[in-house]
Amino acid sequence: MSLRSHAAIPLALYALLGGCKPPPEQRYVAEPAAAARGLAAIERVGCAACHRIEGVDWPQGRWGPSLLNYDDAGLVAGALPNTPANLAAFVRNAPAVKPGSTMPPMPITPAEARDIAAYLMGTKHD
Amino acid sequence: MIEALFGWPPPVLDPAGPYATPVTIVAWALFAMGALVTLLVLAALWVALRGPSGLRAKLGGERTIWLAGVALPAFVLTGLLIWGLALTSRLTADISGAEQRIRVTGEMWWFRVEYLDAQGRVALADANELHIPVGRPVVLELRSADVIHSFWVPHLSGKMDMIPGRTNLLRIAASKPGQFGGVCAEYCGRAHALMGLVVVAHAKPDYERWLAARRVPTMAIAAAGEAARGRALFMASGCAACHNVAGTPANGLAGPDLSHVAARRTLGAGILPNNRGTLIGWIGNSQSIKPGNRMPNYDRLPARDTAAIATWLETLK
Repeated sequence: MSLRSHAAIPLALYALLGGCKPPPEQRYVAEPAAAARGLAAIERVGCAACHRIEGVDWPQGRWGPSLLNYDDAGLVAGALPNTPANLAAFVRNAPAVKPGSTMPPMPITPAEARDIAAYLMGTKHD
Repeated sequence: MIEALFGWPPPVLDPAGPYATPVTIVAWALFAMGALVTLLVLAALWVALRGPSGLRAKLGGERTIWLAGVALPAFVLTGLLIWGLALTSRLTADISGAEQRIRVTGEMWWFRVEYLDAQGRVALADANELHIPVGRPVVLELRSADVIHSFWVPHLSGKMDMIPGRTNLLRIAASKPGQFGGVCAEYCGRAHALMGLVVVAHAKPDYERWLAARRVPTMAIAAAGEAARGRALFMASGCAACHNVAGTPANGLAGPDLSHVAARRTLGAGILPNNRGTLIGWIGNSQSIKPGNRMPNYDRLPARDTAAIATWLETLK
């Protein structure tokens, strides 16, 4: 095989992998400052007491679902389309958005809830 | 984790009371002397390697050894010892007996806190949190229920070991209102690194108000709806065997007193913020948060039952 075809194989694979992602204009890009504020709020109220969260080494609570790779989640809490607005509403007052949810209303402002949503939507491993 | 050891300036160099200030002064003196001695040794090294031959000969002479090697250290170290002992003598000066006493017992892996009255009887029970009035020294009776722990609130004092079978006395005082983090400073087992506490220093009127609120028995707090269901679950699920809630059938002594759990700053011994969410996570799966702690996971309870229990505990202000 020539040198050129050697190079073509990884390129083709890369193109294939790229095809698995949504087109760039549909991907969620977190505003870095909002994501940083979100992580600070997550640590202040202790979300990680129940959830494993990217960027939080301790605790890594197991009572609630893991939020690792959150950008790939299909639904918020299995109930709502995973949009930043739905996520922000859920993390602030879960029972209001999903009746019967074990997750309680959390002591955060709407702005902090949006920041937390920005942080979670921005955690990715791919 | 509470900010007992982090932040800038480091809490250990940021004294907030009369029993911490001398320790910090001694620490700075230690740093300064260390720097000075290092400079002297480096200067002598330079002379020995590169210095003029006259100086080099003097440096190697017997006279230099006697003066710089024996006389100077003896003089300086004796002076430092006298200065250091004089400076820290107030830390060990006799305790008058008139001070407020608080008994703090180290347990694996939390701090049991009991406020004593003038006769030495337990007046109030709490855990992992000390409330003190600003400007008045408080005497802590430090004990251990199991292994050696060490009580350390860097802003307020040096460390003092908590030894089984002994009562060690330690005075703390805060010169300004605020919250000061503390930790166990002696390795005591698996969850040692997650054993903390908070000292809250109140201005005098605030302290009186806090004390008055604490003396209201929690049985005066009526439970309704989800909180009432949580209260019944707490009694039926075994929580009451280890936890005391004043005014209820829950009278266990093995774990922290929960009579005013909702008024505490932290959960899990100074490690988590205290809100309904962290309470639920702790009840359901505390082992994932603080591995090895003596409370089992209540993961056989339906999730909504752990939420109900947390709802009731949140009413215990």
